[in-house]
Formats: sequence, C-alpha cells, structure tokens
Amino acid sequence: MMPQAEFVHWWFATGFLGLGLLKAAEATVGPEIWALRPWRRYLWPSLTFLMGVLMWPVMTFYTNSTIHMVAHGSWAQVLMLAGAADLGLARGKLRSHRWHLCSALAMAVSGIAFLVHEQNAWLFSRAAFLHHVLGWTFIVGALFPLLQAFRPRSTTALAGFATSFVAVAILLYCDRDTAAIFGHLSQFAGVPHR
Amino acid sequence: MGADYAHELHREQSETTEHPRAATRQQLRARIVLALGPLTMAAGAGWALVQPYRITLLHPFGQGFWWLFSEPPLYVVLFGLLFRLVVAPALVEDLEQRG
Repeated sequence: MMPQAEFVHWWFATGFLGLGLLKAAEATVGPEIWALRPWRRYLWPSLTFLMGVLMWPVMTFYTNSTIHMVAHGSWAQVLMLAGAADLGLARGKLRSHRWHLCSALAMAVSGIAFLVHEQNAWLFSRAAFLHHVLGWTFIVGALFPLLQAFRPRSTTALAGFATSFVAVAILLYCDRDTAAIFGHLSQFAGVPHR
Repeated sequence: MGADYAHELHREQSETTEHPRAATRQQLRARIVLALGPLTMAAGAGWALVQPYRITLLHPFGQGFWWLFSEPPLYVVLFGLLFRLVVAPALVEDLEQRG
C-alpha cells in the first residue's frame, strides 16, 4: 500500500523543479522586480517550508535504518529552517541578507547527509550513484546562497542557485529503486526493474 | 497638442533612442520569463516520448494506485504550465512597467 521510494523521489523532484523555476525567474528579472508583488515573494519560501514539512512523513515511513532516519530528519529540519528564514525576509520581519546563510547551511547539511547515508560505492546501483552526485551537487550548490548572503543582488548567485535546484530535480527524477548505472549493478542490489 | 503632452512625448522618444540597449535587454528578459514554462513543458513532453512507459495512464490496466498517481513526465509538463499561467504573466507585466 505504501508508495515505492522512487515515487517519493519523483514528488520531491517536482518540488525542486518548482524551486528552480522560481529562482530562475527571479534571476532573470532581478530581486527588485520579483519582490514587487507580495504573493510572489512568498512562493519560494513557502514551497521550501512545505517540502520540509512533507519530509517528516518520509522520515517516519521510510526508516529502514537509523542513518536513513537521521538523514531524512536533517533534510526536514534544514528545509524548514531555510523556508522559515526566507519567509521572515519576505514578510519584512527579518532584514539582514545574512539570513540567506540558512539556505547555504541547508544545502551543505543536505549534501553531507546524502554522502554520509549512502553506504555503497558509486557504481553499486543507480540509486547509490545518484546519492553521491546529489551530495556533491548540494555541497557545490551551497556556495551560491553563501554568495547571495554577502551580495544579495548577484545574478550569478541567483542563477547558480536556480541551476542547482534544476540539477537536483533531474537527478531525483532519474532515481529508480533498483537499476543499473552505466551498465553496473551489484549482485547485492537486487533484481532491477524498469 | 498641449505643451505638457508634447514635452512628455519628446521625453519618451528621447528615452527610446537613448536607451535602446536597455529596452532590448528588457525584451530579452521578458522573453526568457515567458519561455521558462514552455521549455519545461517541452522537456516533460520529450521525456514522455522517450520513455512512454513512464506514463502508466496510457496502459492503466493492472496498475496500482501509486503507479497511476506517479506520472513524472506529466508532473514536469503541469509545473511548466502552472508557471506559464500563474507566475510569468504578472512578472512580465511588472518588468514592462518598471524595467
């Protein structure tokens, strides 16, 4: 009755695609024009916060090991933190652009959690490969919100942030429960399916 | 023609000729914003064509609820459509007014 893990990856991939599209649009027009309509300011942080909230049931129902629970729990917390900080900025209750450091922290923690909780080598299976790539994508992607915290109008920061989310979305869409990667699949990984 | 109107018209004409680059850049930005949604939709449609078996709605018999609910290429198309219809028009309007 429970959805397979790959379905959950695809749902979150769609969320990251949304985050990427919104950031790409903001990078294109610039933060000032993006912020002209109040409802638009809330889109990105609300979606991020919602994804953090939705990560809790994932942690609860997809806990097949302690390290998975810790990884999912840390994602839930940092997504909510990044969303909440940006909601504060959107509302005007927080003023310092240093609050973007929460997004950098979220990206860095997410990347480390991906790398730590993947116990298998890169070519063990597609899921293992994607976890490694996702981990490094998040860690490199953390540089963009870090830059944004100190140069909030930087187009490079916004565009890089957007690209990171789109890359994460594509990688998550590539996830399958058991599948080969570049022709490699460990005999311990299980029976592949489409 | 009133003096104020003539003055305003002259100012607008001067701005247009003095800042053609700014106008071109603004148009380019508007086009990029308007293209983001359709590009996303095209990516989703392309994925559906390359891997049609990912759309389980095309062969629904014998599929469980979650397989029928999980249609990732359609998610991509829907998100692109949502962006094009909800976010892009207002953003382009603001860009044209304030850009």
